[in-house]
Amino acid sequence: MENTVGYIPFLLLGILLYTSVLTFPSVRSNGFRSRFSPLVPIVSFFYFLFGFDGSVQTTTVWDHSLLPISITFQIDGLSRLFALLITGIGSLIFIYANGYMKGAKYVQRLQCFLLLFMLAMLGVVLSDDLILLFIFWELTSISSFFLIGFKNEDEASRQSALQAITITGMGGLIMLGGFIILGEIAGTYSISSMSSPEIISQITSHGWFVPMLILILVGAFTKSAQFPFHFWLPGAMKAPTPVSAYLHSATMVKAGVYLLARFSPVLGDTPVWNIALISFGGVTMVYAAFQSLFRTDMKSILAYTTVSALGIMVFLLGLQSSDAIAAVSLFILVHALYKASFFMLAGTIDHETGTRDISQLGGLGKVMMPLFAIGILAAWSNGGIPPSVGFLGKDLIYESTLHHPAWAYVFTGLSVGTNIMLFAAGLLVGWLPFRGTRSHPSVTLPHWSLWVPALLLALLGMIFGLFPSIINNGLINPVADAIAGTEQNIHLKLWHGFNTVFYLSLITMGVGFLLYNLIRPGAKLLSFIESAEHWGPKRILHALANEFVGVSSWITMTLQNGKLRIYLLVILGFLVSLLGYVVLSDTNFVIDKEQLTNITIYEGITVGILFISVFLTLFSGSRLAAVAAMGVVGYTLCIIFVFYSAPDLAMTQFTIDTLTVILFVLVLYRLPRFIRLDFSARHILDGIVAISVGALMTVISLEVLQRTPEREISDFYALNAYVMAKGKNVVNVILVDFRGADTMIEIVVLTIAAIGVYSLLKLRLRKNEKME
Amino acid sequence: MEILLAITIGLLYAAGIFLILRRSMVRLIIGLILLGNGANLLIFLLGRISKGKPPIIPEESKVFLDAYADPIPQALILTAIVISFGLQSYAIILVKRAYRVTKTDDIEELTTTDEI
Repeated sequence: MENTVGYIPFLLLGILLYTSVLTFPSVRSNGFRSRFSPLVPIVSFFYFLFGFDGSVQTTTVWDHSLLPISITFQIDGLSRLFALLITGIGSLIFIYANGYMKGAKYVQRLQCFLLLFMLAMLGVVLSDDLILLFIFWELTSISSFFLIGFKNEDEASRQSALQAITITGMGGLIMLGGFIILGEIAGTYSISSMSSPEIISQITSHGWFVPMLILILVGAFTKSAQFPFHFWLPGAMKAPTPVSAYLHSATMVKAGVYLLARFSPVLGDTPVWNIALISFGGVTMVYAAFQSLFRTDMKSILAYTTVSALGIMVFLLGLQSSDAIAAVSLFILVHALYKASFFMLAGTIDHETGTRDISQLGGLGKVMMPLFAIGILAAWSNGGIPPSVGFLGKDLIYESTLHHPAWAYVFTGLSVGTNIMLFAAGLLVGWLPFRGTRSHPSVTLPHWSLWVPALLLALLGMIFGLFPSIINNGLINPVADAIAGTEQNIHLKLWHGFNTVFYLSLITMGVGFLLYNLIRPGAKLLSFIESAEHWGPKRILHALANEFVGVSSWITMTLQNGKLRIYLLVILGFLVSLLGYVVLSDTNFVIDKEQLTNITIYEGITVGILFISVFLTLFSGSRLAAVAAMGVVGYTLCIIFVFYSAPDLAMTQFTIDTLTVILFVLVLYRLPRFIRLDFSARHILDGIVAISVGALMTVISLEVLQRTPEREISDFYALNAYVMAKGKNVVNVILVDFRGADTMIEIVVLTIAAIGVYSLLKLRLRKNEKME
Repeated sequence: MEILLAITIGLLYAAGIFLILRRSMVRLIIGLILLGNGANLLIFLLGRISKGKPPIIPEESKVFLDAYADPIPQALILTAIVISFGLQSYAIILVKRAYRVTKTDDIEELTTTDEI
């Protein structure tokens, strides 16, 4: 059993490769390649079944040298159980989906998404690094978005998909925050290295422990559809049934449970953990079980019972006793087995009869014997009737609630109540459609691929119940070890004698059967019970989403309205307020006159001319005068450069300014006259903004002048201009030698501009461009 | 003199911004040119100004013997002047072209690419 873990990265890569091959357009007849797809999960299933025995194995693919992240995979009992569920149920679902989608469009696309999802899910349960886990976690959200919205021409489907990704994606992001806090206070992002006693006490005694735990719990609760985030799961039933059977029974929704189980040794058994998990799990299991009783859509009933079952798992993880851990370890398997068969059953009935409404179905047992068998077996396990494995699971649940030190009666009462309702709901799906008068006389038994997979799973539920030793040591005990963090000793037994637990089971079955006979869901009850969901967090979420869209479009319409002036005003206003705040709060406005040079008469006159020309440019009504005044501004600058030891600048400025003015005047006669387009209110506002920017620049430059300049680089150039580059004009040497490459690129830019100018001048207007 | 130049910088910035906020495209270009001049003068002033000491090494020497004006701001501004010429000439021709196609000088009428 050594080194098998080393193949995990290759397995994941292989799945990815196969998926990408599947995305190529098919040359041969549609669906040829898709027939081979079930082989991928089947091969993976046998790898996980025979390659591992539940002992802990780790492999590191890549380790970042600076950041505390790595690509490390680890497999232990818990990971292995999940990997087996993902690939095992995945294999059956792929076979089932091939039958279910036969002749439908986009079979390959569905398989791609399913494989991608399977890959992500395997990644979640096999990652040992927090960040890696998060990446796969988000990947499950993304791939399930595509799966839920697979019928993309249906608006309700798209909305459900969006709702699911909003809830789980948001939860994932919140969880990332928790992960980062956890990684920082633990000093490691590797989950397996957190389980040493010193690090655990370091984490649990840290001041940030409670916020971190809450963030991580939000992530787990949203993924596992705990109240009040549960509503996305019934909505996700818009997906094709193979998807629901895969994602929403065994895999994705259990990712949250997996996460809680994974962190249970590190974060578990603290007051916050216990209270949060028991209360949220407890509320969820009772509320969702109650809701499931009044549904008429088979998938809807199953969705709510799934939420309820997830609630039970979270509840058990909150109890933290070794009984509860044994119970949850077994219940994960039990629930996956019967719920996946239930879902496939519902899908097949829908596929054959065209409806999933239990009030319109009846008498199917006569023609669909194998399906009836699936229904009975699944309801059997779901109801916890001996000798099914469900009975063992329920046994352990009661065992753990009865042994709770303080709240034994309350918790036992709650779980018995939940199980009674789940019992009745199971009969509604697995029994009711097959009894009574035939509703669909023409229906016959479908192709084997539509019922054999489900029958297999349902039968397994019975076999494991009769012979619990098959799964006891190899599968369930290692899971309990991983969740508890210590060695556990589980003995699954079918028969415990006539004890309290047995009587509770009898009560569950008896009352459940009574309840089933009393309840007949119909439209009236349904609308009444749905009003409870109406006022829930779903409404808040929708209101938030609508507001979000509203505010975004308002901001876009206001800021991005296509008017240059508004854009500029916003940018400048922001600049002025931000820079102005910094400058005003940081400046003392003391000017050291000693450092300044005096003003001579010729300088004063030059600057005076500059001022006058600027005002002429601003307020002249004639274009020619404005351009000429602008030219004068350039020339006065040129003179200032001459005064202050910059002969090269003066020459360049003189040439360029002349060229610009000439160019301007040349095209000016083709341009329209200035029209006073603006209102004066605008002038005032623009004037205020312009003057404040100008004043700010003045203040900033005066402020900078007060500080001592750094001349290190200048001195380097001055020293080396002649010594290294044999040039005496330092400015020239910098441009053509030290920074020669920059100058070359500058010439390229100029050339591009020249080509642009030339082509714009030479380009003839196409006929449709002429406006006259 | 530094104070006067600082005020000049402020004036050039203010005038440039006021002009680019106008609706006429010709004024927009003039505003851009004034802004460019203001920025050049800003860099020049912040490199400290000194009279009669151009950064040219004397004939008979290999290094500077006296104080000299900072060559780096000058090199930067020289580049800036040339590049802004490329920008300005392209903008002038573009405005001319745009006017021929759209028959308007008003920027606020040019809110969509569909008309061109």
